[in-house]
Amino acid sequence: MVHISKRLRMPVAQAMAVRLGAIALALLVCGIITTLTTGLNPLDVYASMFDGAFGTERKFWVMLKEVAVLLCVSLALTPAFRMRFWNLGGEGQVLMGALVTAACMINLADLVPEGLLFVLMLVLAPVAGALWAAIPALFKARWNTNETLFTLMMNYVATQLVAYSIIKWESSKGSGKVGVINQSSNVGWLPAIGDNKYLLIVLLVALVCVAMYVYLAHSKHGFEIAVVGESVDTARYLGIKVNRVIVRTLLLSGAVCGFTGFLLVSGADHTITTTLAGGAGFTGVMVAWLAKFNPFAMIGSSFLLVFMEMGADEISTAFGLNHGFGDILTGVILFFIIGSEFFINYKLNFQAKEVEAHV
Amino acid sequence: MFDLVGFIPRAVAQGIPLLFGCTGEIITEKSGNLNLGIPGVMYVGAMSGVMGSFFYESSLADPAQFNALLGFLIPVLCCLLGSLLMGLIYCFLTVTLRANQNVTGLALTTFGVGFGNFFGGSLIALTGSDVPSIALGTTSSVFRTTIPVLSGLGWFGEIFFSYGFLAYLAIATALVASQVLLNTRVGLELRAVGESPATADAAGIDITRYKYIATCVGCMIAGLGGLYYVMDYANGVWSNDAFGDRGWLAIALVIFSVWRPTLAIPSSILFGGLYILYLYIPTGSDSAIREIYKMLPYVVTILVLVVSSMRNSRENQPPESLGLPYFREDR
Repeated sequence: MVHISKRLRMPVAQAMAVRLGAIALALLVCGIITTLTTGLNPLDVYASMFDGAFGTERKFWVMLKEVAVLLCVSLALTPAFRMRFWNLGGEGQVLMGALVTAACMINLADLVPEGLLFVLMLVLAPVAGALWAAIPALFKARWNTNETLFTLMMNYVATQLVAYSIIKWESSKGSGKVGVINQSSNVGWLPAIGDNKYLLIVLLVALVCVAMYVYLAHSKHGFEIAVVGESVDTARYLGIKVNRVIVRTLLLSGAVCGFTGFLLVSGADHTITTTLAGGAGFTGVMVAWLAKFNPFAMIGSSFLLVFMEMGADEISTAFGLNHGFGDILTGVILFFIIGSEFFINYKLNFQAKEVEAHV
Repeated sequence: MFDLVGFIPRAVAQGIPLLFGCTGEIITEKSGNLNLGIPGVMYVGAMSGVMGSFFYESSLADPAQFNALLGFLIPVLCCLLGSLLMGLIYCFLTVTLRANQNVTGLALTTFGVGFGNFFGGSLIALTGSDVPSIALGTTSSVFRTTIPVLSGLGWFGEIFFSYGFLAYLAIATALVASQVLLNTRVGLELRAVGESPATADAAGIDITRYKYIATCVGCMIAGLGGLYYVMDYANGVWSNDAFGDRGWLAIALVIFSVWRPTLAIPSSILFGGLYILYLYIPTGSDSAIREIYKMLPYVVTILVLVVSSMRNSRENQPPESLGLPYFREDR
């Protein structure tokens, strides 16, 4: 008979070992799945995935950019999750920030000096994201409206707004694409440092990461968020205005998502599509959760997921598999990591049969 | 003039996958499990059915050997099996290993959508066709068989009897689910598990078993929604990502129908209608406005969420322990 009991706390090193063990086991299972479904040698597939992320200097920087973007979205979602507010609307909040950024770049490039344009984008993109997050937050605070589905639906509303704008802005009638914005003048593009166009994004997100850590761990707001997350009643007893904390935290969450949208349009893609956020709003949930909401640990978990994503792209071209295969592998690895948490939080006590008879 | 006779059957056909998904999720949620993996489950259900019928159709030397009964049973059984496995993964992680339900659900969706698109892509590659889709016309014709005499009754037949049998199965499932939940001992115990697992446990109800069974049955029902979409609605044509966001809408519909399968029937059809309404609204010269009309189902969902939370009546609440794991030792 197995008796399950809660562990007080597992040493960090041991917990990491369990997680790494889970990943190793997951890779083994993924290897078996790969061989069974495609007949390929899994080692070749993994080597190719590795190549996809680290193969060339360009790929490496693309990967760093992807990690930065995913990390930024995850950081944005974290304060809300700490409060047990399931913000599944990261996708939409990023899109709104991106939409506003693109609107500024398209409509204001000729009207205002570039410095002012950047100021406008840097202010308006977070505001747009914050508004998109504040709507569900207000209803949650006032009427306890289900935020999981509310934020989810806001994603689709944002997607359709972007789709509408794309048709309005499309480069040639009927193409359904905006094309590269300000391609000849590069107005509103985040500058490259040296000749590296992604370095600035990486640095900015690193700043956000440190700031978010300080905010959550060493500020009064961070403390209030933690208390509301643990127990709303305790928070009320302490005199914390719960509704205010919910709305304030979601404004922050949405603002950082909107900022990510700005980074994507002004810094990376220089165009806007409905799939610009590429599922980061959902992947970010898992990144934040895998890292136990620790901003620095999130660097590691977003790295893992981006590696899988880019590796999947690589194997899809190298072996003629399609992109879905990467999602399958990511799913399997996530299952294992999610499952491994059990062995970190709980202890299995195996009891001998005869002892049980006396109990 | 608005073509109502043309509109209603299309709305119903759009609504049926939602109804399957919604009924499945209601049963799941009644056990206290909030399964955000339903979109993935529906992809897997659809793809498993497609694979089953693909290999059956291609195993025949001569298309004339096609056996209608097998052509129907194989996809349905494959679909149920695939969805069941997805349900088992979810239960093992959330019930046995006590993992967070939302994170597990999202991972399940990532996996399921990847599963559908990967095997979809592989089958497309196997057929070597020029278009990025698989057509299973023969199987689809079985699924689309309508009742011979009744479907020919003019507008009446068009609105009520123009559907394949899975559509009627969806409605029957919802009605049966409602009966079981409200009027049987099993239903009572299931609701007890979702409302207050500690109380149910004290009364001698096996919590783990109820959660497993309810979630797996829920997944199998939801998977049929995916199968209906491919085989009936899409005429047996699978193309990657075509199923779209219907799984998420199905989850939202659970709230819309306040956890009652009988209410899920009209609300699914209503949402099916909202989903395609943009095709019927005249756009004039501005075709971009159509993208705005496509927001309708989502905006309506939001309004419903808000209104139902404002009314906050006692009988229209989610199961008390929804989304919370249950550990006997934690009490």
